[in-house]
Amino acid sequence: MFTYKRLLKASTLAACGVAMLVSTAQEQVKLGQTISEASLAEFDLIAEPGGMGFPPGSGTARQGRTIFESRCALCHGNNGEGNSAATVLVGGNMQSTDSPLRTVGSYWPYASTVFDFIRRAMPANAPKSLTDEETYQVAAYVLYLNGLVAEDEIMNAQSLPQVRMPNAEGFIDQSHIQ
Amino acid sequence: MTKSSKGQNKVLDLDRVAANGLLSRRHLLSAALGGAGLAMARPVIGQEPGIKLEIPAWSKTPGPGTSPYGSSSAHARLERQSGFGNPLYPGGGASRSPLQHLQGTITPNSLHFERHHAGIPAIDPAGHKLVIHGLVRQPLMFDYEDLLKYQMVSKIYFLECSGNSGALLYGGNPDGTAQSLHGLVSCAEWTGIPLSVLLEEAGVLPEARWIAAVGGDAASMGRSIPLDKAMDDSLLALFQNGEPVRPEQGYPIRLFNPGWEGNTSVKWLTQIKVTRNPLQFRDETSKYTDTLPDRSSLQFTFPMDVKSLITSPSGQMRVTQGGIYRVTGIAWSGAGSIRRVEVSADGGQTWGDALIESQQLDKALIRFSIPWRWDGAPAVLQSRATDSAGNVQPTRDAVIAAKGTINRYHNPCIQSWGVNTAGEVTNVYV
Repeated sequence: MFTYKRLLKASTLAACGVAMLVSTAQEQVKLGQTISEASLAEFDLIAEPGGMGFPPGSGTARQGRTIFESRCALCHGNNGEGNSAATVLVGGNMQSTDSPLRTVGSYWPYASTVFDFIRRAMPANAPKSLTDEETYQVAAYVLYLNGLVAEDEIMNAQSLPQVRMPNAEGFIDQSHIQ
Repeated sequence: MTKSSKGQNKVLDLDRVAANGLLSRRHLLSAALGGAGLAMARPVIGQEPGIKLEIPAWSKTPGPGTSPYGSSSAHARLERQSGFGNPLYPGGGASRSPLQHLQGTITPNSLHFERHHAGIPAIDPAGHKLVIHGLVRQPLMFDYEDLLKYQMVSKIYFLECSGNSGALLYGGNPDGTAQSLHGLVSCAEWTGIPLSVLLEEAGVLPEARWIAAVGGDAASMGRSIPLDKAMDDSLLALFQNGEPVRPEQGYPIRLFNPGWEGNTSVKWLTQIKVTRNPLQFRDETSKYTDTLPDRSSLQFTFPMDVKSLITSPSGQMRVTQGGIYRVTGIAWSGAGSIRRVEVSADGGQTWGDALIESQQLDKALIRFSIPWRWDGAPAVLQSRATDSAGNVQPTRDAVIAAKGTINRYHNPCIQSWGVNTAGEVTNVYV
């Protein structure tokens, strides 16, 4: 006699090969493999505003000029003037009566973002091809072009996040609206 | 109003709900109009003596058989429209959904809008890892194959780029279409694992307030998401409309934040770092921030506002003869479900309630329609949505009064489509 109970048993047996890990709707599988933070040293590229996550190394704007001209200037120009509104890195004034040009110097609130973005995404045609040392140098050069650091000022994990950005107070956090 | 000799129009005159030809939505439910497409007034039964139907050629020849992956009819091939590519940076850019040619509420995967910051990475899921670390009890790494073994949920959600409709704030664009002006919104069924499940597996520490989500594309694009959202309805989307998420939508794993600006739904998700504070990535400081007239800028503007749009008739379409048209469009809100859509044919002076044709799901597109009789006079068609939180879609003037003209993000304003005496439909500002 074919009963519901037998059907249930048969289907359970047939499905157990794939379904064993999913026992009930309440009990979740746990398949994450444990890792250590140390194992993410090369993987985690986040450089935080407070300085966490910046790698060892250092660089100055004077050192960064050469690499900027060879690796960045195609889009950004030798002096950060850019070839479009999307690639200009310098100038702008948030208080201008016209619609203000928003650049690293006039708009960006955190210096850490300059390092973080170059390290993860630039140069656009070969992201992540700069060494950490070169990234510090190029970030220093971009900050220098904006008049925010001196040409020989050493940028490293301690000094770069401390660079004061002119528009640091210009943002209103809306994250409470969810 | 001109008296019509046709009995049908005479009845409809009694059911005007707003000026300039808008009729009661009840007529869309009645069989008298046929319901589909452009519902023009039909001639009286028995007055078509010249028509003689024959069996068409395709009914006399066997066609091709099955195919491994279907495609649309050659007579109904729709396309996304690409824009603002930088020749030096071909991977960056966007494509827009052909809203004026779609019906219902689900966007086919091939037509879902795209926005990439460094192109589409060629990810082999066998080598793709998702890491959860930072302020957790135990950092974890997940394989794609293992993620497929988790309990999943399926939800229909819209996704809208916060730059959508930004061009309206510039003015101009008389030749704009629903696609070119508003095509950075789409809607799909997303299937995946609640992010909260994996965060709980790693054990979020009490001091945590945010997560950083980073993609596996060449830009390693990152966004900071408040932990409250991540623990609420954020999804690790593995499937879209039933098939694995497409490469251009984040294969193999996309973070999906329902109702929030599209950029926060990080594609090709590979890293989640649980943190105390937001990380201040480029795409949440330099970009996706709204600069106000006083030069301060709104940051972390997450939910997309209540919004609607007439998709037909719309820009570059033409109404060819007087008669009754099905005015239709879409509406959505990041704050909940759509409760009401009103339509105006006189530039917002009078409004009539549209019929909501679809389900009214939270944070999903709805489809609305209303019958409109065009008599050849100029008209301005608009729609205005209200959501379950009571938010009402604002006019363009109201958006500009509140946020000025520097900003280009988060524009939910009412779209105006002008219809001239020739029946040509264009983007207008009223």
